[in-house]
Amino acid sequence: MALLDLDPSVVATARKLAARAAEPVVSLAKAHTTVAVERATLRLAGITGADSTHRAGDVPWVNRVIDTVREQCGLEHGVVLPAFHALRENNLGTLTELAEATAAGQIQFRIPTGKDLTAARKASTSAVSKGLKAVDRNRAQRDKLITKWGDPAQRPWIYLIVATGDIDEDVVQAQNAARAGADVIAVIRSTGQSLLDYVPEGATHHGFAGTYATQENFRIMRAALDDVSKEVGRYVRLTNYASGLCMPEIAVLAGLQRLDMMLNDSMYGILFRDINPIRTFVDQRFSRQVHARAGIIINTGEDNYLTTADAVDAAHTVTVSQLLNEHFAHEAGLPDHLLGLGHAFEINPKVPDSFRLELAHALLARELFPDAPLKWMPPTKHMTGDVFDGYLLDGFFNLAGVLTGQSILLVGMMTEAVVTPFLSDRDLALKNVRYVLNAAGSLAEDFRPAPDGLIVKRAHQVLGEAVDLLARIVDDGLLNAIADGTFGLMKRPAHKGKGADGVVEKAPEYFNPASEMLEAQGA
Amino acid sequence: MPDAKRYVRPYGDTTGDGMIQTSFTLPIPFGPKADGAALQLANKMGMDPAMVVHSNPIGDDFTFFVVYGSVKHLVDLDEVKVVEREYPLLSPTEVNSALKKVLRRKLVVVGGCIGTDAHTVGIDAILNIKGFAGEKGLEYYRELKVVNLGAQVSVPELVRSARTEKADAVLISQVVTQRDAHILNTQEMSAAFREAMGDRRPLLVAGGPRFDPLMAGELGVDRVFSRGTTPGEVASYLVHAMQEKKGVAA
Repeated sequence: MALLDLDPSVVATARKLAARAAEPVVSLAKAHTTVAVERATLRLAGITGADSTHRAGDVPWVNRVIDTVREQCGLEHGVVLPAFHALRENNLGTLTELAEATAAGQIQFRIPTGKDLTAARKASTSAVSKGLKAVDRNRAQRDKLITKWGDPAQRPWIYLIVATGDIDEDVVQAQNAARAGADVIAVIRSTGQSLLDYVPEGATHHGFAGTYATQENFRIMRAALDDVSKEVGRYVRLTNYASGLCMPEIAVLAGLQRLDMMLNDSMYGILFRDINPIRTFVDQRFSRQVHARAGIIINTGEDNYLTTADAVDAAHTVTVSQLLNEHFAHEAGLPDHLLGLGHAFEINPKVPDSFRLELAHALLARELFPDAPLKWMPPTKHMTGDVFDGYLLDGFFNLAGVLTGQSILLVGMMTEAVVTPFLSDRDLALKNVRYVLNAAGSLAEDFRPAPDGLIVKRAHQVLGEAVDLLARIVDDGLLNAIADGTFGLMKRPAHKGKGADGVVEKAPEYFNPASEMLEAQGA
Repeated sequence: MPDAKRYVRPYGDTTGDGMIQTSFTLPIPFGPKADGAALQLANKMGMDPAMVVHSNPIGDDFTFFVVYGSVKHLVDLDEVKVVEREYPLLSPTEVNSALKKVLRRKLVVVGGCIGTDAHTVGIDAILNIKGFAGEKGLEYYRELKVVNLGAQVSVPELVRSARTEKADAVLISQVVTQRDAHILNTQEMSAAFREAMGDRRPLLVAGGPRFDPLMAGELGVDRVFSRGTTPGEVASYLVHAMQEKKGVAA
């Protein structure tokens, strides 16, 4: 269906440059671990629950263990060796018992040697592989349910957000949304969760502008969507956020509770949450390996660049980020069909030919990544509060989505930036999508942009600018480019940002059975 | 010329017709009874006559309505109270030269989102060089030194930074409003500055889409900016406030 006649050699150059730009960062990611990666590993090995007696409120057991191990013998060897050695040495049955004993100050962690080392390696490998097997079973179960209930009848899949703060209310809204036509439900997280260095526990009812991501909330929502999937006769997918300081742990919990898609961007945390760049790249790599194992579709966050930078001037930074996200994802073992690369309809509607420019950008993404389930994000920046204007803009957004063959369409709300959507706003938004799908769902068949027209020329121009920028990033180094404000105009130096103290350089004897097993799957 | 109008009513297509349009949802099943219920609500809202021009079910338990009608109410413009801008809007060059004259040094602005709010879009639109609505942000002004602390800044951290930087003005942004978080956070912030620095506290400015500019007193801040505020308005206000403080005529 190639409509843009992109030069394959330019595309190949773009990919080669992205790989070269990413290379030093991948080495950096391999050479380090983080508190979050170690916690994710222990979660795979079976630790659950929280210390409810702690004065700081519920502190997950896994945080207690990691913090104590770090204090007593450092994390450069990984957490599993001291943890599983202590388990055996103290004759404890489970990691949770170990955590309780740790909290009581009864455990002295140390790095085992000789026979003890062999035993700790073996025990931890067996525990972690049990966790990965649970992830594998969930993946198989998803496949089975999709076969049984089916995929959505149409592309793009219709993606809707719920965000009440209370998981029980979320369930009601999500089930209603599915009945009204939603194929994918995303539960927005509570504001601020991305900067918590622990994952809250249990079912939660008081979030701010969203609901906390917890293992129990994941389980509740997945079960509710299974019920409604059965009712509507298609498998309704569940999305959450593997981002922020707990990205690897959230990825593990998603795998353990059969979530289907996760927001997971290689640079979002750095740029928009001021999280330390190295922390992010290390956590990113591990979380993507877990997603690859779980068969989870990642959603990348390129739409965000356009909310801070100008959508025309910065169009090529979206392409660059997509190419980098693609490379990092492939490197972590994610195949094309799990790459929900993002982009957005954010050009100022007052710009002449804005719709044609949107089509050019959307088509460029489509043709650069033909096998990726692209995620098409609605206007937010130019939603003014005039809901009537907004409704029209969302209609054009929907049209651009079907015309350029986008795969996942996040339903735009006319109340964007005004209030959380009313029941009726969501209903109207879905009506808008249904009308466009019904009226123009197959229009792509008749859509042939003129070979020397604005759309084709613009797409070539953006790709050219992307290649130039990638070349500069290769020369300058990706970390420097991020420090200089190349993406979304945010300047983020490599040594700064939140969570930097959670990064640890691996010792040569570093051992992590999860990493070893996940690494093997990518090869 | 007659005096400016004092009393007005909504305008549909004829002066004085009072016509408005509204839409809402009631938690009852679709049907004639639902339409009747919508009509009753419209009447109680002062719409008389009212027409339910459209209704449709949303699921089994809800109905959505679009209603047109004439309202009985009059607006008395003399009773309308708003904060009108009492200072001139200055260009960046004018801001720079005015500040140079008043302060003879750069004016220091510390900004951030306080509380759990991670939405930096507002503070960034005002502070970042990129700006908003075609106007460059405060970073662009030569005579302003801008320290943007970003998201989720704790109040103690903000006070500390304001002190270290010797801030003349502190700008905080609040986007999230659930359970009045924006109000509570801002009050906590202004109280902390009063306690820590008393009269020597910097100028406190709060901004966010759901703030009412009339709330400055209640919030304990010097100025509140609402939806659609541009960097130029904020910069012009800062100049005005500095001139007032130093007793210079504008």
